[in-house]
Amino acid sequence: MSVDAATVRRIAHLARIAVSEDEVPHLQGELNAMLAFVEQLSEVNVEGVEPMTSVTPMQMKKRQDVVNDGDIADDIVANAPATEGHFFLVPKVVE
Amino acid sequence: MTDLTSLTLAEARKGLADKTFTSLELTDAHLSAIEAARVLNAFVMETPDQARDMAREADAKIAKGEGGPLAGIPLGIKDLFATKGVRTTACSKILGNFVPTYESTVTSQLWRDGAVMLGKLNNDEFAMGSANETSCFGPVGNPWRREGSNTTLVPGGSSGGSASAVAALLCMGATATDTGGSIRQPAAFTATVGIKPTYGRCSRWGIVAFASSLDQAGPIARSVRDAAMLLRSMAGHDPKDTTSVDIPVPDYEAAIGKSVKGMKIGIPKEYRLDGMPAEIEKLWGEGAAWLRSAGAELVEVSLPHTKYALPAYYIVAPAEASSNLARYDGVRYGLREQGKNIIELYENTRAEGFGAEVRRRVMIGTYVLSAGYYDAYYLRAQKVRTLIKKDFEDCFAKGVDAILTPATPSAAFGIGEKGGADPVEMYLNDIFTVTVNMAGLPGIAVPAGKDPQGLPLGLQLIGRPFEEETLFSLGEVIEQAAGRFTPARWW
Repeated sequence: MSVDAATVRRIAHLARIAVSEDEVPHLQGELNAMLAFVEQLSEVNVEGVEPMTSVTPMQMKKRQDVVNDGDIADDIVANAPATEGHFFLVPKVVE
Repeated sequence: MTDLTSLTLAEARKGLADKTFTSLELTDAHLSAIEAARVLNAFVMETPDQARDMAREADAKIAKGEGGPLAGIPLGIKDLFATKGVRTTACSKILGNFVPTYESTVTSQLWRDGAVMLGKLNNDEFAMGSANETSCFGPVGNPWRREGSNTTLVPGGSSGGSASAVAALLCMGATATDTGGSIRQPAAFTATVGIKPTYGRCSRWGIVAFASSLDQAGPIARSVRDAAMLLRSMAGHDPKDTTSVDIPVPDYEAAIGKSVKGMKIGIPKEYRLDGMPAEIEKLWGEGAAWLRSAGAELVEVSLPHTKYALPAYYIVAPAEASSNLARYDGVRYGLREQGKNIIELYENTRAEGFGAEVRRRVMIGTYVLSAGYYDAYYLRAQKVRTLIKKDFEDCFAKGVDAILTPATPSAAFGIGEKGGADPVEMYLNDIFTVTVNMAGLPGIAVPAGKDPQGLPLGLQLIGRPFEEETLFSLGEVIEQAAGRFTPARWW
């Protein structure tokens, strides 16, 4: 499989990465090189094989359903580019 | 006492305990070495004041007989580990001047045991790379050069700063992370020892995430024993990482010098690649001979799905990365580029903040997870991963204790030499290491020799899950036989 220019623009938008028109051909080439490389997986017989979901066979630990952290709003917003009080500021989303 | 930087961690521990020198002296010696080696670009942030404070504290504890296992030992920290109050960037512009308000579990355990932080080490942006060339702080120089040449070579990646700093004697050991070979490949390129432990052995909490089902922390050190000492402090269960395993951490150092007599070592025939350089082939044979003369039994084994590990990795890792890196949106931390609306703000921020390699991987990951392609790519890759893991399980079920392979397909190369036209050329660096991440196994790279141009080469040992001790015992045999390698100082 390979991607065309329109697909490159669509993926970029899905990934929320602005891509200029003159970057598209170059990106298309690189993505297609990667897709050509992974193409060899299609020759593997995966009939009846379970996909790996856990690297080590273990039961996932469940923590107690209790509040064990919090009251750190100052910490949470400390690195934000724009805040007001304990809120993150973003451009207007709802008209 | 200019030679304090040339000690191994084990020797420094003895000197500190015997009061031959203080941690402050040891730390100062390394801080001077760092200053004199800035041309290597191994450190992206030096923290001398904090280092001296931590050293004084360690000295006080040692004096009272309360020093921990790493008391007073100066270390470098890969910039992927969150360090409280000290800028952490993953060497990406998108994190900007991010200053964590918390400490990663792994580093907090090192400080608990008395270690001293010298500063933060360079790495490939978000650990995506095999040459440390994708860092927003620029490439790292390898302390090793070809004989008779002034060309600066790469130290490998993504833990290039860690490997370069340890090899150049700027720190006694360093933290690193390994998603596809990022500890073992740079260790092999710089004649240092690097171990990626079993998935789940070290907590991932507080480490900037790349591909969560593959990422594991581990040390890069000057000797096998040093690596064992560091891993003991770094490993352990952490309730904050559900994939961290709740089993006791052994005294890894006790495995050093243990007999390997009767151990069965597998030599996988699929790792014998067409066109493999003669020096790699020779090194591999020598490693096998050393283990044989130490009493191990060498057997040929088969890992039939080996060739599919790298392509499957280049689906799984970018897929997980595209998801993990969705958090960098210009809202909660790091860089923000303005836009007419919030979507444009996201798109402009991520276009400006991510480097070319990261953008490429996020896009490929987005594509393989997108509607209509998920089954063909991601699901198939995860099935192939099951088969790769089964290859190893079958091999271990036949009584094989560990597997010996070359660590890399070549020695270090020049900056800008690879991957310019085709990204896959760079990816092939990880051909021998990536299988280990796909199967979640432990793997160690140990310096074993040099190529005809005088550059270091390493061997890799792959172990059963949670049997890092076997790797330390076998690694020690190789180190004893091959000797240790130090680069000639040119910086």
